Amino acid sequence: MAKSFILITGRTTKQGRTIHLGKQAKDYIDEVSALEMNPADMEALQVKEGDRVRLRTDHGSSVVRCKKGTVPPGLLFIAYGQFVNALVGPDTQGTGMPNTKGIEVEVEKDDSG
Amino acid sequence: MTVAKEMRVVKDVTCPFCGVTCDDLEVHVEDGKIRDVKNACVLGKDTFLHHLEGLATPRIDGKPASIEACIEAAADILARAKYPLIYGLDSTELHAHRKAIELADLIGANIDHTSSVCHAPSLQAVQTVGIPSCTVGEVKNRADLVIFWGANPAEAHPRHPTRYSVTVKGMFTPQGRKDRTVIHIDVRRTPTSRMADTFIQIKPHSDYEVFSTLTALVNGHDLDVSEVGGVPLQEWRDLVEVMKGAKFGILYWGMGLTMTRGKYLNVVALLRLCQELNRFTKFLGAPLRGHGNVVGMAQVLTWQTGFPFAVNMSRGYPRFNPGEFSVADLLGRGEVDAALIIAADAIGNFPAKAAQHLKSIPLIAVDPKESETTKVAQVVIPAAQAAVAAEGVAYRMDHIPLPLKKVVDSPYPSDREILDRIIARVLAKRPDDGAKRAAPLPRG
Repeated sequence: MAKSFILITGRTTKQGRTIHLGKQAKDYIDEVSALEMNPADMEALQVKEGDRVRLRTDHGSSVVRCKKGTVPPGLLFIAYGQFVNALVGPDTQGTGMPNTKGIEVEVEKDDSG
Repeated sequence: MTVAKEMRVVKDVTCPFCGVTCDDLEVHVEDGKIRDVKNACVLGKDTFLHHLEGLATPRIDGKPASIEACIEAAADILARAKYPLIYGLDSTELHAHRKAIELADLIGANIDHTSSVCHAPSLQAVQTVGIPSCTVGEVKNRADLVIFWGANPAEAHPRHPTRYSVTVKGMFTPQGRKDRTVIHIDVRRTPTSRMADTFIQIKPHSDYEVFSTLTALVNGHDLDVSEVGGVPLQEWRDLVEVMKGAKFGILYWGMGLTMTRGKYLNVVALLRLCQELNRFTKFLGAPLRGHGNVVGMAQVLTWQTGFPFAVNMSRGYPRFNPGEFSVADLLGRGEVDAALIIAADAIGNFPAKAAQHLKSIPLIAVDPKESETTKVAQVVIPAAQAAVAAEGVAYRMDHIPLPLKKVVDSPYPSDREILDRIIARVLAKRPDDGAKRAAPLPRG
């Protein structure tokens, strides 16, 4: 069953380093597709470290891998990259800046493969 | 016979990766390849060490072509476009910025840069209420209170804390870390929290409310609530006492404020708090800027057009309107009919719908390396990487210009040369442009 979360995106050291290897490099893809989640939320969603989850917003969806994190319950973190771009809408409320942090997302376990 | 290897050490090299713009790197070069980098953080080190990985190649419609043919094809696209976009410019240098603005003026383009999707709301806030600010040198020498808000310098600006803001010893901070109180305020713990004396975790989307609360408390008003932003009011009262008691406070903010609900209004509230604190002590604010040279592009665009981002030249004079001429909006609404993306990976970073529009129009990519943008561009022009294979100037996050060195050679021209050659070819295709632009513009 899907659960609602707030998704924060940002930089990580590993994302900053592996970007120089190219955006197809395994290390880069591994870093930008790792979703940090509070262990209590992982339990509620019945997912383990490394399991695939689908994130969904009004603008699109992405499948990423779960990782235990220090984020508070209800919050998710993922490094900037192609996986999060699919979830962000182009509306900027007249500021030029898309909503790239604090995104409301639905999350469910992905068993499709 | 063995051929002697060329080995040299280039000192005082400026790093282009982030807005800390460290200018004390030592780069070891062997036979035209960078073998080692001293003094840099891991991000800067990898920028230099991987300079030859994933290099772009010149091509038109996916087929190999000469640089000259690529420049001709780019000029063709831009000379014909009715409402083009020039975007990117963070990972390059000041002279390329000037040329990009010249080209935008010539073809009546929209010109925007990476600030638009990072600290543009901070620029809008500064336009709205002003900013009490200073250089990083003043922070190093004087600050006894450093607050990081919605920012993670430990990962995004690794040497900021050691060079300027946390552990460094300065004139009036001779004991370095011991002479400073460091506070981190954010919606989640990060490596920056570990550097701080205190970490305050607030709820997402509560920044504006918290700044307003702090400003009210600074002004002597108390509030009839028990908590704000998920934090007990007493903690905010204590923070206000720490801020008022500092000799020299600085509040550094990151994209935790600019990319979230409220956008520039969050930063307006932050700056007002800093301004109010100056009734009690010296208190300043500064954004933690930079991927690359975004500050430089905002500086050059401001001194040339009067505006820091989202500029439109279609009427022959610069107009500024975030939401209308900003890149995410222009692409999200599918308005531009051709684009030149230079020194940035637009398609790799934009919301899906904005990236989709870029894929549907004639697209020129100028970049040292392959990216999501070069993959789909009609014309790809590889460039010598600024600060690695091309010299120039970058602006540090506190608006101090620093020279970028050319450390190694590249077979390709620099960004500024590519833009210069495109300008020459556009002018050759539209010889009446110069005369038209000299004529007075109609009103309205």
